[in-house]
Amino acid sequence: MAWTFKDDRPIYSQLVEQIKIKIISGEWELGSRLSSVRELAEQAGVNPNTMQRALAELERDGLVHSKRTSGRFVTEDENMIKNVREAVAAENIAAFMESMKRLGFTESEIMDEFKKAVSQQTV
Amino acid sequence: MTEFVLECTGVSKKYGKKEVLKNINLQLERGKIIGLLGPNGSGKTTLIKIINGLLTADEGDIKVSGEQIGIESKKIISYLPDRTYLADWMKVKDIVGMFDDFYKDFSREKAEDMLKRLNINEDDRLKTLSKGNKEKVQLILVMSRQAQLYLLDEPIGGVDPAARDYILNTIITNYNPDASVVISTHLISDVEKVLDEAIFINNGEIVLHESVDDIREKYSTSVDGYFREVFKC
Repeated sequence: MAWTFKDDRPIYSQLVEQIKIKIISGEWELGSRLSSVRELAEQAGVNPNTMQRALAELERDGLVHSKRTSGRFVTEDENMIKNVREAVAAENIAAFMESMKRLGFTESEIMDEFKKAVSQQTV
Repeated sequence: MTEFVLECTGVSKKYGKKEVLKNINLQLERGKIIGLLGPNGSGKTTLIKIINGLLTADEGDIKVSGEQIGIESKKIISYLPDRTYLADWMKVKDIVGMFDDFYKDFSREKAEDMLKRLNINEDDRLKTLSKGNKEKVQLILVMSRQAQLYLLDEPIGGVDPAARDYILNTIITNYNPDASVVISTHLISDVEKVLDEAIFINNGEIVLHESVDDIREKYSTSVDGYFREVFKC
């Protein structure tokens, strides 16, 4: 999945978000080894210091951990990943609700629109 | 190793009556990629040339890794000028050889590897290369040196977006925590993701020197966006 960046926010925090998504979606598997900072920076097209900063923050959050000589690894804590996934989902839902309310929908109308859209998608 | 790879104190330069640099004070840490950003005529190239010894400051002090400007400082600076200075008639392999002879810290292997990966034929004369390829060759030569300070004057101007990506990628992958890279450019939005810090220079004075993250956080806009605000015509 390509890395995309917005202009108005620091890059490191966008990296943190995007890496979180890679982890909770399973794109980066549980316990798997991360590429080196330099390789990741190259892939994302960003400064290695910026990538390092993002990874340090993810380490503080516990999603990623380093083993002294072997590099960085995705956490093996399935529970933690589940919690992060639910937290991100909650954020996405809140954003969706906000955007729908701005169009004038009430909460029950939003539910109806949502159910309609979902039932149309599944054949 | 000194903490700062570059220290400028009170640097000033005049061309006749025209003040081109006014009391420049600057400290660059190691392991950073720094953008030197400013309008045409703001003094960027003059500052770069003074640091690498091509021009002399009228006032002030400059230290490169603790050294005064001279033979020792030139050894540890790798400079990419905005205009090609390589003899057009030379073959690529001749220039690689020249750099190898001239610079102790030059890695022939690294240069040859990068050239091969770009399918640039060593036997081609520079004048037969496209502008984009010529720029890439120059950049490869400069980045194949193990310097402490890289001064790149408009490294991505005048080349297509794919070539720009390649050049920026080369800068990222050559990252070395002991060295710093100064990129002087107008193409700020292209370069922004690669920069640690940005220096805004205008009319010979430094107007800003902050990390890119701080600029984005403080002003809720990209460096490119903030530059346009600061330098609005």
